[in-house]
Amino acid sequence: MSVLVYVQIKDGKATKAGLEAASYANAISGGSATAVVAGSIEADGGIGNVGISNVLAYSEALVDNSQIAKLVEVAASKVGANTVVFSANLEGCAVAPRVAIRMNAGYVAGVTGEPEGGNYPRNVFSGKAKAYVSVTADKTVVSITPNSFGIKEVGGFAALEAFSAEVGEAKLTVGEFTPTSADGSVPLPEAERVVSAGRGLKGPENWGIVEDLATVLNASTACSRPVGDMGWRPHHEHVGQTGITIRPDLYIACGISGAIQHLAGVNQSKVIVVINTDPEAPFFKAADYGIVGDVFEVLPKLTEAIKNLS
Amino acid sequence: MKLLVCISKAPDTTSRIAFTDGDTSFDESGVQFIVNPYDESYALVRAIELIEAGGGSVTTITVGDASCDPIIRKALAIGANHAVRIDAQPVDATQVAQLIADYASDKSYDIILCGKETIDHNSAAVGAMIAECLDMPFIPFATRLNVDGGAYNLTCETAGGVNKVTVNSSFVLSAAKGMSEQRIPNMRGIMSARTKPLQVVESSDDGAKTNVVKFSLPPSKGACKIVDADNPSELVRLLREEAKII
Ligand SMILES: Cc1cc2nc3c(=O)[nH]c(=O)nc-3n(C[C@H](O)[C@H](O)[C@H](O)COP(=O)(O)OP(=O)(O)OC[C@H]3O[C@@H](n4cnc5c(N)ncnc54)[C@H](O)[C@@H]3O)c2cc1C
Ligand SMILES: Nc1ncnc2c1ncn2[C@@H]1O[C@H](COP(=O)(O)O)[C@@H](O)[C@H]1O
Repeated sequence: MSVLVYVQIKDGKATKAGLEAASYANAISGGSATAVVAGSIEADGGIGNVGISNVLAYSEALVDNSQIAKLVEVAASKVGANTVVFSANLEGCAVAPRVAIRMNAGYVAGVTGEPEGGNYPRNVFSGKAKAYVSVTADKTVVSITPNSFGIKEVGGFAALEAFSAEVGEAKLTVGEFTPTSADGSVPLPEAERVVSAGRGLKGPENWGIVEDLATVLNASTACSRPVGDMGWRPHHEHVGQTGITIRPDLYIACGISGAIQHLAGVNQSKVIVVINTDPEAPFFKAADYGIVGDVFEVLPKLTEAIKNLS
Repeated sequence: MKLLVCISKAPDTTSRIAFTDGDTSFDESGVQFIVNPYDESYALVRAIELIEAGGGSVTTITVGDASCDPIIRKALAIGANHAVRIDAQPVDATQVAQLIADYASDKSYDIILCGKETIDHNSAAVGAMIAECLDMPFIPFATRLNVDGGAYNLTCETAGGVNKVTVNSSFVLSAAKGMSEQRIPNMRGIMSARTKPLQVVESSDDGAKTNVVKFSLPPSKGACKIVDADNPSELVRLLREEAKII
């Protein structure tokens, strides 16, 4: 299989999502994948470390997804790739489908693992089921669900080859950027640990105990939808079907009932811990560990216990 | 302004997910279908708001069979002016996008609005594909859209925040939370939806480049381990020694 991977660059380095896509490309190509990047890159941007030895480097950063799509298509035909890999992050979701149309390829979005018997696994029904997808076209474009495959470091250094392509004019302008996490903390979709709270916290003034637990765990904070709607917490923290989807290693739900729409955003977490006064709360059915108890008593104790760990 | 909103039929969010035919198709028995929430609450409602403010028309388009008609009527009841259904069994995003792009190619819509993803397929692919087929700009995960003369000002989700984006020509967007709020259709809307035009366009089913060979349900979680509320250190021990997560 001849594989090309698009690796996103930020501040001169490959992003975490980009390195995960590169790791995947390396795995399915048996170590022969080529990467393509756009933007200024420091040394090899860390791409060699995941086992890629060749990088086609386009020198300018591109903001219009139509331009990135053209760049990737030209790179794919240059290396004769029949499979092109992206991260299914915000950028990849906009570029990969365009590339699939340009290449007349079958597109499999949000793949969660290596193909099994030629079929790509992906989550469907908002994480409630898995589908195995077969591609019936000659060429394939896949995007990898962030955090599903992981970054596989093997050590090494990639050679950069200057690469240029006709990408056309940008048809949109990107203006001011407003960070959602003002303190520069990890964006929720990328967080490895998340402490989340719901209406059981009674009011915004009580979030101190949630933040304390998040701090000792080095976790991000999230909330249920009513908490966002009532303005107790900023909207961008709301997880679930109408909010964001997260896949942390650890999700601790405090005073959240576990409605199906909430679960849709969090049920792909590796380990779920639920703290709720109501032993009948539906969330316990989706949890690995639970404490039936009052968050106002349990959270401070739990925070202390974690502090005392090391 | 001429707006086209892509709406898809999706199983209600509380549906039980099960499969039939040797795990190759979704078991629709007893399932209530709704307008895909992102298409309805964000793309469609924002399109209607823009028309109410500045004049024009909103057409909805759906690729699907006659079982989509009730959800199309719901969109008309909320306030769309016309509806089009391309009569085909959608197999993958490529097929859906190509059929919609073919239909839209000679009708000069100012904006084509999609939802950010369907809640059954979760591909987030159709909008970008329509844009590529029509050689139009694509603005993904848009959280706000305002029209200012011939310019469109948007905000869209990006890694760790939101970006302001401006575009001056017709374009495609995918709508995310923030664009607008859900609207409940009123009685007048529901009555008038019955007589609004729903045009059915014949089509072929080909064009798909992928298909699902098998579905599977996740292995059910082992029973939740309950830890005594007075002993959170036991939870910490389990997370460290058993789950090896902290
Ligand atoms: C179309 C649609 C989309 C939706 N999308 C989302 C979504 O994306 N995300 C989302 O979260 N919701 C969503 N919802 C709403 C969802 O159905 C629930 O209403 C919501 O998740 C409930 O939030 P909650 O658990 O914080 O509150 P509640 O359901 O009120 O639960 C509060 C919980 O706290 C417990 N509790 C109370 N006091 C304490 C205490 N002192 N200590 C410990 N526990 C305590 C209670 O036992 C209860 O279980 C959606 C709904 C619809 C219809
Ligand atoms: N069968 C369909 N008919 C019309 N629009 C669709 C259809 N499927 C998907 N869409 C649109 O494309 C968006 C993204 O869908 P998807 O790529 O399946 O996640 C949806 O939110 C809809 O706006």
